[in-house]
Amino acid sequence: MIFVIYTLLTIGLLFQGLGVLALHRFPDVYTRLHGATKCTTFGSIFIYLAIILYGIQLVLEGQPQFGVLSVHTLIVLALLLATNPTGAHAIARSAYRSGVKPKNAVVDDLKGEMK
Amino acid sequence: MAILAIAFIFAFLFYLALTAGSGNLLFWSIEELVFGLVFAYLAAILSVRLFKAAGVKPSAKMLSPKRWLLFFVYLIGPFFLELTKANIDVAKRVVTKKIKPGIVKISPGLKTDFGTTLLANSITLTPGTLTVDINKKKELFVHWIWVESKHPKIEQVCSSFPKWIRRITE
Repeated sequence: MIFVIYTLLTIGLLFQGLGVLALHRFPDVYTRLHGATKCTTFGSIFIYLAIILYGIQLVLEGQPQFGVLSVHTLIVLALLLATNPTGAHAIARSAYRSGVKPKNAVVDDLKGEMK
Repeated sequence: MAILAIAFIFAFLFYLALTAGSGNLLFWSIEELVFGLVFAYLAAILSVRLFKAAGVKPSAKMLSPKRWLLFFVYLIGPFFLELTKANIDVAKRVVTKKIKPGIVKISPGLKTDFGTTLLANSITLTPGTLTVDINKKKELFVHWIWVESKHPKIEQVCSSFPKWIRRITE
């Protein structure tokens, strides 16, 4: 069980690290959002799964009060899946409306829509 | 009124899930139950007002357990598969810096507001695609990190998501 938890944590940390790297390497706000919100989501999912498994393990070892830890983390996971894209929409939309154009874009269908 | 009752019940269930294990009345202490009722009522009133202000018409369709089951199947099946594939793809792009970004328009043709929201959120959560804006006709403007074609078919951008969401919400 403990090896599974460590594996999940490693995958999570790897994707979190890639998210940070994406902030440095990508050219403009939209592509950076890809890196920042996506790699962070995937990283967070695996870290939360590790926490849930750890809670279950502690319950199986005879510490039932840690079941709450798993339940709470599950709720946080559901909330993260709902709020993360909402925040990303808000940032991207407000960036476009305040005049930030996507860099090196090969196509921009939104340009004709905004008048 | 029915909307208020439904919102109240869900807010209360949510509070119960958050405070499980606080006492010995089943799993909850009496104080938590009383506060839960008060806060659930406040949350229900506020959310009904928000719905009205935003002009959203809630429908009772999503209460059926079959749709909930379909939603969970969608979440852990096709959605998680796409999420994994796309995450590995974007991870490669972060390292190699090979990008060809652009904003494309897709018209999924979903009828309900909830379905469109669900699709926009699914697209944003999947790496490589990011919903930037929406117009009156419920067409989405998607920022794509690797533009395969300038007028893409809908499957190229978001695979089988619209099909599943149509099954869940309509």
